Amino acid sequence: MYQMYNSSNDKGVGGLQTGLPQNRDGFSPQQIDLGRYLFFDPVLSIDGSISCASCHQPDKGFSDGLAISKGVKGKPVHRSAPSIWNSAFIDKFFWDAKSNTLEDQMQGPLYSENEMGNNPTNLLQTLNKLENYQALFLEAFPEKEDEEISLNEIYTALTAFECSLISLNSPYDQYAHGYHDALNEQEIEGMNIFRSFVARCAECHTPPLFTNQQLAVIGTPEPKGRPFDKGAEVPTGDKTLRGSFKVPSLRNIALTAPYEHSGVFDNLYDATEFYTKGRGHAVPDSIDLIVHWHIWEPQLSVYEIERIVDFLHTLTDESFKPQIPQAVPSGLNLEI
Amino acid sequence: MKRLKKLLGAILLVLIGIGIGKFILGNKPKQVLGPTFFESGSSGITSNGEPTKIKDGARYEVKDGESIQAAVAKANQGDVILVYPGTYSETVYIDKDNIRVHGVIENGERPTLNGNKQLNDAFLYSGNGITIENFKIIDYKGNGIMGQAGNNFIIKNNLIINTGVYGIFPQYGKNGLIELNVLSGIEDAAIYVGMCDNIDVRINEVFESVAGIEIENSRHCLVEYNYVHDNAGGLLAFITPGLPIKTCDDVIFRGNYVLNNNHKNFAIPGSVVSKIPSGTGILVLAADNVVIEDNFIIGNKCFGIAITDLENGGMKFSTDGGLDPYPDNASILDNYMANNGYNPSGAIAKLTKVAMLDKLDIGFIGGGSNHCILNPGRYVTLGLGSFAQCEATSTKAVKTYMLPNPVPPKDVSQMKKGKMAYYGICAGCHSYNNIIVGPSVADIQMIYRDNPEGIVEYITNPIHKRQDFPEMPPQTHLPEDIKMAVAEYLLKVTK
Repeated sequence: MYQMYNSSNDKGVGGLQTGLPQNRDGFSPQQIDLGRYLFFDPVLSIDGSISCASCHQPDKGFSDGLAISKGVKGKPVHRSAPSIWNSAFIDKFFWDAKSNTLEDQMQGPLYSENEMGNNPTNLLQTLNKLENYQALFLEAFPEKEDEEISLNEIYTALTAFECSLISLNSPYDQYAHGYHDALNEQEIEGMNIFRSFVARCAECHTPPLFTNQQLAVIGTPEPKGRPFDKGAEVPTGDKTLRGSFKVPSLRNIALTAPYEHSGVFDNLYDATEFYTKGRGHAVPDSIDLIVHWHIWEPQLSVYEIERIVDFLHTLTDESFKPQIPQAVPSGLNLEI
Repeated sequence: MKRLKKLLGAILLVLIGIGIGKFILGNKPKQVLGPTFFESGSSGITSNGEPTKIKDGARYEVKDGESIQAAVAKANQGDVILVYPGTYSETVYIDKDNIRVHGVIENGERPTLNGNKQLNDAFLYSGNGITIENFKIIDYKGNGIMGQAGNNFIIKNNLIINTGVYGIFPQYGKNGLIELNVLSGIEDAAIYVGMCDNIDVRINEVFESVAGIEIENSRHCLVEYNYVHDNAGGLLAFITPGLPIKTCDDVIFRGNYVLNNNHKNFAIPGSVVSKIPSGTGILVLAADNVVIEDNFIIGNKCFGIAITDLENGGMKFSTDGGLDPYPDNASILDNYMANNGYNPSGAIAKLTKVAMLDKLDIGFIGGGSNHCILNPGRYVTLGLGSFAQCEATSTKAVKTYMLPNPVPPKDVSQMKKGKMAYYGICAGCHSYNNIIVGPSVADIQMIYRDNPEGIVEYITNPIHKRQDFPEMPPQTHLPEDIKMAVAEYLLKVTK
């Protein structure tokens, strides 16, 4: 529906009736469905113990409810699992934005020792041994010349599935399209606080996706006992980006607690309240950060924070939540 | 030589003064005390503030003690809301297109929006074609008037005092006019054009704010005939990193009075403008194709005009790989400049000391190329060695940067609207041949062949027909034309 609207400089950021950014599209239903099976199939991990869906659970907004996700053998992952709703419109992946495509992104968790622990050779060998998958890949890629399953086909199918996860029909969206009864008075109040220049939420969490897809240093605290996370400084080597992370979309945010890259806040109230506690209040003195200029002291009242939280709940829409397969082609136990 | 300079300057002053005076004042700017001097001046408004042209559409009247928002809620496209003098303490948000909120001025008294330093913003709009005029707006915490992605806006003849971070702040808007407003006491930019295109900022008075007028990450902006005085910084053309739109290009600063911008910088710590030195006349930071012409730039203690890049701008930013941090193609045409840079601070103070200058009209510091200037000998300058002589002498061919016609709504056919609604909404529960949640589309097509009206009726008010399916939620949130479009599309789907 947002395709009905203009978008300033085609960036897909703006106000209520602004067009979306460019999206990935053009996958066949067979590719999407194959991607769905792969996504839920633990065969993708080195020991067949976890699938993509272990950390990106459909019922938890495609996150996992954990502060720090767990990989194979319960190994701790570096950061909190982000939601993958509306990935089709996103051009930066990982909290530190080190990847620009889904195909590139998925190789992170697939082959990371602490996550799914696999490697390309083993992944191909495993899948090529399974007749079910051979058939499904042939259906999804009818023009393939080689009967062997290839890595690119795996990546394409998973991308196709992820790009089918669209969440743009929430009560907020109905309001945005002109049906103003879709939100109640308190939610509208929350929306106005959210987009006001006091709270400034919408400056970075900009509609329609509720992210401007930029990096920002906001200076959230690390949970007790965890070291400071340098964020995008690590992949870029740029000290001015120390402690910066990708601005995440807030769509379906009510489903994805705990919040921030480290999962330090376990509810939306605390995550919102962080922004009114003062610029850099949680940054240790020993660490020099260029905190984003929008982080200031808006002095939001408890009432205002509560209204923002009300509004954030109106961004929930799961009408395209996929069905979890009854069984997966590998025959492994489907554990989420 | 010095005397010659003075003489030339005086002649220029007279010539430009005559030209500009015709447009606005006829008086020396210092004698202007308030907004009344231009109340009868501009198009479309009579002296008592009644709009001269009201096209079709209803008129809603709001009187003291009533709510402006209640009128907005009732209004439809093309309607006018007339607000009579009185004090209104509310945040007015306009999420509709083509609404004109018009203050009626009676005996010189405007309707006042008073935030009592409790409310965030006076006006918030996201619709296109919004006009807000003739208000007095005081004591808000966030903005006086903020626009989010509304095109074709007019913000005119408002008096905005002490409204927090920004006075007038359109963001992501195309084709807008900000004219005849008076603003003061703003903690950041009094008028802040952020990530916009095709904006005219004309004949405003901005004073005692941190920044007067800031054009940031915007293109095609004409800033002319404004009276910009006693701010910490006067006129700014900036690229700020970390924003999704990453260029600032084609800005004309023309015919402005940029006087004595020596106010203490009282910006919020950490904000971009908090680093602007008090005494800034015009600052071009990384922006391209900025033309500075026919301005009076006098008495700004740090400098008259500075052109610099992100590294030398004195602000600490995180790197943004998506932008060009250097200003290119600045043109400094003829301006009247005097008594600037007499008491600089920070990096400018160091540079002028080294160069043994006791004044500074124009400075260029850092990277960026292809700049030009006319008659550099008239000014005290620093670092202009690479500047060429400008070929152009005037931008007078540019009358406006607003578009000849309003930005039209995106042209989307009925068929496409139907398709979007079908895939965006229906397809969550209905597929062509299979049963996901609701009945298959093929099945629905059998029942409603040639009867899209029947589908519209059903989706507006669904009746639970089949026990083996869940009840369908009503789609009352869809406008009528979309309901019809989606019904027609649904009947044509073949797979």
